[in-house]
Amino acid sequence: MRHTVIPFGPQHPVLPEPIHLQLTIREERVVEALPALGFVHRGLERLVEARDVPQMIQVVERVCGICSMIHAHCFCMGVEALLGIEAPPRAQVLRVLWSELHRVQSHLLWLGLFADCLGFESLFMQFWRIRERILDLGEATTGNRVIVSVNVIGGVRRDPDAAQLAWVAAEIDRIEEELRRLEPAVLDDPTVRRRTVGKGVLSRDQAWELGAVGPTARASGIAEDMRQTNYAAYGRLYFEPVVETDGDSHARLRVRFRETLASLDLVRRAIRILPAGEVRLKLREPPAPRGEIVVRVEQPRGELLYYLKGSGEKRLDRVRIRTPTFANLPALLAMLPGVSLSDVPVVTLSIDPCISCTER
Amino acid sequence: MREETRTVPVQALLAEVARLKAEGWRLVTLTASELDAERLDLLYHFDRELRLQHLRVAVAKREAAPSISPVFFSAALVENEIQDLFGVRFAGLLLDFGGGLYREPESPAAPFCRCGGPPQETPPAEGGGQTPGGEGCATR
Amino acid sequence: MRALRRFIDRMRAKSPWLLHFDCGSCNGCDIEILACLTPLYDVERFGIVHLGNPLHADLLLTSGTVNPRNRKVLANLYAQMPAPKVVVAVGACGLSGGVFRDAYNVVGGIDRVIPVDVYVPGCPPRPEAIIDGVVLGLQKLAGGGRGGR
Repeated sequence: MRHTVIPFGPQHPVLPEPIHLQLTIREERVVEALPALGFVHRGLERLVEARDVPQMIQVVERVCGICSMIHAHCFCMGVEALLGIEAPPRAQVLRVLWSELHRVQSHLLWLGLFADCLGFESLFMQFWRIRERILDLGEATTGNRVIVSVNVIGGVRRDPDAAQLAWVAAEIDRIEEELRRLEPAVLDDPTVRRRTVGKGVLSRDQAWELGAVGPTARASGIAEDMRQTNYAAYGRLYFEPVVETDGDSHARLRVRFRETLASLDLVRRAIRILPAGEVRLKLREPPAPRGEIVVRVEQPRGELLYYLKGSGEKRLDRVRIRTPTFANLPALLAMLPGVSLSDVPVVTLSIDPCISCTER
Repeated sequence: MREETRTVPVQALLAEVARLKAEGWRLVTLTASELDAERLDLLYHFDRELRLQHLRVAVAKREAAPSISPVFFSAALVENEIQDLFGVRFAGLLLDFGGGLYREPESPAAPFCRCGGPPQETPPAEGGGQTPGGEGCATR
Repeated sequence: MRALRRFIDRMRAKSPWLLHFDCGSCNGCDIEILACLTPLYDVERFGIVHLGNPLHADLLLTSGTVNPRNRKVLANLYAQMPAPKVVVAVGACGLSGGVFRDAYNVVGGIDRVIPVDVYVPGCPPRPEAIIDGVVLGLQKLAGGGRGGR
């Protein structure tokens, strides 16, 4: 039997970003998938030599525009730990609040794109309509829609007042109600089920062995979420990871949908426990971190790792960023063999690939 | 580093990684940074039940480091990345892009090597960078 | 024949087909471009259809910096588009390299590879600004566009 090699990407209607997969096909089924990266590689880890620590925050925010807040959060936490300081309690809770709003908008974005990739256009429009309201919450409290840029070394830049927070809480309730109304259309729709159930199965052992993280790993039954390490204020919010065990595309869909609702709940509880006080430490001198540290946080796509190394200068020596999609790519390559060609876009999208993160 | 960090010799690396895998440690990733013109500092990060552990290996840039991709396939991608960025080689790498994961022929060679070029016959553009502020190794 | 041609020219600007290519941006601009298509901003009211085939496209919407690898893809996409065509570059890094301009693997803005007709600044620009840029591009398309006559 002859093999056919089909290029998938770098420019493809379902891919918002350029990635190339070389698919070897036999009788409409994928035999092997090989990735080709490098279309988005900029080399921004090396910008650390040209930028001082506060300037570097702007760079790491642009590792990925979808989860910029969480990148900056992780970087600031690392630098603060090296400096031996801690952001004030109010700032810690606000960071959780904005992180979770970011997670909600990122998951809604993915849910919309995933619906679009299934050809379910009205659902795409519904999710993105709801997502705009989350962006409004972000814009009202931080001043920006996408790259919110609120993190600074030693705290956050903005402090929403009580009236704003009450409005956020009320709006979160209304958004949750709307999402619950969409739930049957996403999870129980027969077309969605036929396109996703049993497609791209990743077993628990495979997921562990290949180092999958985030919703991709949790959909295969690995109950690991970096928020369990209780960084920032997560320790006070009694966080439970969302886990499914089927390991197929539908399980990943369920995990992300349920996580969206869980994140809305975290926002609500964060507002409830928000203490009064300062939101930003006053640093007497420009930060000059010394030593090395590994920091991990949970991004919408999974575990994000920063390695920082400084020698007491105002510029760091090395920043290394391991993003969740980078860790999930080997899992994707294991999911694709056996999948029919028409399901390749669905399975590829089901890990929520973020190429800008992956290549930096 | 806050977590347990052990320095192991290059020869013992593969056995050590295999032992950690058998104990249920997941490979998180590798981090490479430059020590000096001759050597590279490789950090292997492992996770078990949300706890981290690191292995530290100093490798010579001119010698191929052993690839751990036969033990953890997930290391293949990051080892390819290190090949691209530091111009080193990993021996026994499954899925080898040969330094072309990110780089095109016209991209700078070994862009993360500030102290000395990679071991190649044709000397590449030094440091390869328009990036200002790349101090030499003496200051670090 | 001339009447037919004039008719096509007029209609093209009324229902332009748009191709989006992310050339190495951080995604910030791309999600704002996609947000333009959704109910709140709804760029489809200008007759714009978003599609994935360069052979059908009148307008190329690009974001992000050019690097040695994606410049070939970008040039290829532009070459495949039929004339007349208009290119809109979105976001600071598509204009000049933006925050990434010092990075080693960055060639620069979109106009280092293909001619750009409309520049939309911002990091990322708001959807309103992107719509303004696209509408400006449509006016250029109505005036003949690139490669026309």
